[in-house]
Amino acid sequence: MSMRHIISVLMENESGALSRVAGLFSARGYNIESLTVAPTEDGSLSRMTLVTQGSEEIVEQITKQLNKLVDVVKLADISDGTHIERELMLIKLRAQGDSARSEIKRMVDIFRARVIDVSDDTFTVELTGSGDKLDAFIKAVDTGFIMETVRSGATGISRGSKSLQV
Amino acid sequence: MQLSGGEILIQFLKDEGVEFVFGYPGGAVLHIYDALFRQEDVKHILVRHEQGATHAADGYARATGKPGVVLVTSGPGATNAVTGIATAHLDSIPMVVITGQVSTPLIGSDAFQEVDAIGITRPCVKHNFLVKDVKDLATTLKKAFYVATTGRPGPVVVDIPKDVTDPGIKIEYEYPQTVAMRSYHPTVKGHPGQVKKAAELILSARRPMIYSGGGVVLSRASAELTDFVRQLGYPITSTLMGLGAYPSTDQKFLGMLGMHGTYEANMGMHECDVLIAVGARFDDRVTGDTRKFCPNARIIHIDIDPSSISKNIRVDIPIVGDIKDVLNDITAAFKELKQKPDSEALASWWKQLERWRSKQCLKYDRNSDLIKPQYVIEKLYEVTKGEAFVTSDVGQHQMFAAQFYPFDKPNRWINSGGLGTMGFGLPAAIGVQLGHPGADVACVTGEASIQMCIQELSTALQYRTPVKVVNLNNRYMGMVRQWQEFFYDSRYSQSYMDTLPDFIKLAESYGHVGMRIEKPADVEAALREAFAMKDRTVFMDFITDRTENVYPMIVAGKGHNEMHLAPECLMDNPDDRELA
Repeated sequence: MSMRHIISVLMENESGALSRVAGLFSARGYNIESLTVAPTEDGSLSRMTLVTQGSEEIVEQITKQLNKLVDVVKLADISDGTHIERELMLIKLRAQGDSARSEIKRMVDIFRARVIDVSDDTFTVELTGSGDKLDAFIKAVDTGFIMETVRSGATGISRGSKSLQV
Repeated sequence: MQLSGGEILIQFLKDEGVEFVFGYPGGAVLHIYDALFRQEDVKHILVRHEQGATHAADGYARATGKPGVVLVTSGPGATNAVTGIATAHLDSIPMVVITGQVSTPLIGSDAFQEVDAIGITRPCVKHNFLVKDVKDLATTLKKAFYVATTGRPGPVVVDIPKDVTDPGIKIEYEYPQTVAMRSYHPTVKGHPGQVKKAAELILSARRPMIYSGGGVVLSRASAELTDFVRQLGYPITSTLMGLGAYPSTDQKFLGMLGMHGTYEANMGMHECDVLIAVGARFDDRVTGDTRKFCPNARIIHIDIDPSSISKNIRVDIPIVGDIKDVLNDITAAFKELKQKPDSEALASWWKQLERWRSKQCLKYDRNSDLIKPQYVIEKLYEVTKGEAFVTSDVGQHQMFAAQFYPFDKPNRWINSGGLGTMGFGLPAAIGVQLGHPGADVACVTGEASIQMCIQELSTALQYRTPVKVVNLNNRYMGMVRQWQEFFYDSRYSQSYMDTLPDFIKLAESYGHVGMRIEKPADVEAALREAFAMKDRTVFMDFITDRTENVYPMIVAGKGHNEMHLAPECLMDNPDDRELA
């Protein structure tokens, strides 16, 4: 059965490390739903969050193949246990006239989003949450309002005292 | 010691114990070649094409167990090396390939002879490094050798921009004795719980089968495997890559398995109840249709690479670790268990295996007026007393060599099993000969394969490597022709080798001895004459039966019990026709 998995990877923060992961996925035909990466508190390490779909066998192979990459220090499939997942979305909305502006403002309140930039005819909104929540927000606002969306892809962390560290 | 980058590289190779570097100079590596010129410890082997350098280094590595080292220039030097790097990668051969790169300020500017060597080689190396600062050169090289030779071995590329080897910039050099990599720790020791479970299952088997692969050769675990088999009395089969790890002339050895494996090995696989896979990776050429693979067996899999486990075939007891250590641990675990193998069940299993063996599935027509390729290999075996190092190219001749030259020792059978690279055989043979100067080295090839790296005949003369080329010349790309005969109604599309060169003249023009052999009666004498010439490269052009096929054969979508057998085999056993 194909399931969604969130794989967290700690890897050497070196040029080319990201392309090794991306290359692995394309070469072996695994799908990537999203991928985010940034350095950790230790500048020599990057933390990557990879969301993929696959049967148990495929995800097992994905984690083994990732582990085999020499730049990968450690990884965990955080969807194996309880975890928190967050994604950031910035969305620019056309906001002309009082009714549109108050309509958007209401939506922002309902979703506990924030308006982070305002111009005469636009609002830029920041929203954090699970992918589902971001989808729901997009669905809730009139498509005519949407000028641009940018999503970070999911990041995640396991609950409790479990931690992925060197 | 104050050294430039180029000098550091050469000094490092010397300190690392590297004897040979296989390479070809060019602009981006000129500083390195200059440093090479000013010393005598590290010997450079000048090939005629960078592909040849990689195959020669690869052959050297396979025959000696030491890492092969390659030095090529940027751009086309690097791209020409890619086929050889991929060849080593698929067969897990330890190799360090140093590629020159344009100077760091020029990287990314589409400079002359610039390619993204790191990007191009990424999918076909174990790991690769770009050295941007001469201060990192020695430690990076140390890491490269460490990664290439430990765990599951493989090729590592080190890309060095020209300014990093600048003779004007000297820094303090000290050989790095140790290597620290927090992200790379291969598992060597098998899990004790798994080892115990495996030992119990092995001893409880009624119809056991040991299936060994190239991992045994790489782990130098031949003696351990042989002990393991002998104390159990179980039958053993081997992949193409594993041949020689267990003595092929031993009665317990059932021959190679898989697509062109023996009847007894494949039937044994199909009927076994416990399969012990040792350093083998369940390649598609071995398994046939995975849905029909070993339908009644519980499977133990020992491998150093966790990603090999349950990749193609789900296994019951995986053990990640070095073959040598794990086999020793299992043997130790046997001693603690009270259980003994069921000798009655084993005897009846052997009876069945011998019945399958009696079919003599490798039978061929011995009365033909034409030279049969199998016959040439049999005679090669006799003449070299089974002691030769045999390299091969890819195709029918490769399968005939695997089937008809029973290797009793590891590291003797040198072929491109995973990638199937035509052109591998001759340069590999040169590398093997350099590693074993006094030994008989034969390159079994065909008239199509040999032409893919024929230029290395020139290298063979320069370094006086007296390899013996056994060219099985059937004027076809034999394996392609065989598939076209079986699956494309004999439409031999582009598989006929027209306008062949005169191989005698060709060999002679390269400064070697050429021979043409056209009658079966002349085969043995020619081989004896050739191998008596200890200091000459000899090119033997055997004009063989054009339409001989490799049997047995498991075609796509079939299981181990659904082999095509040779016509000679079926004639004697009319009951088996339904198998074909």
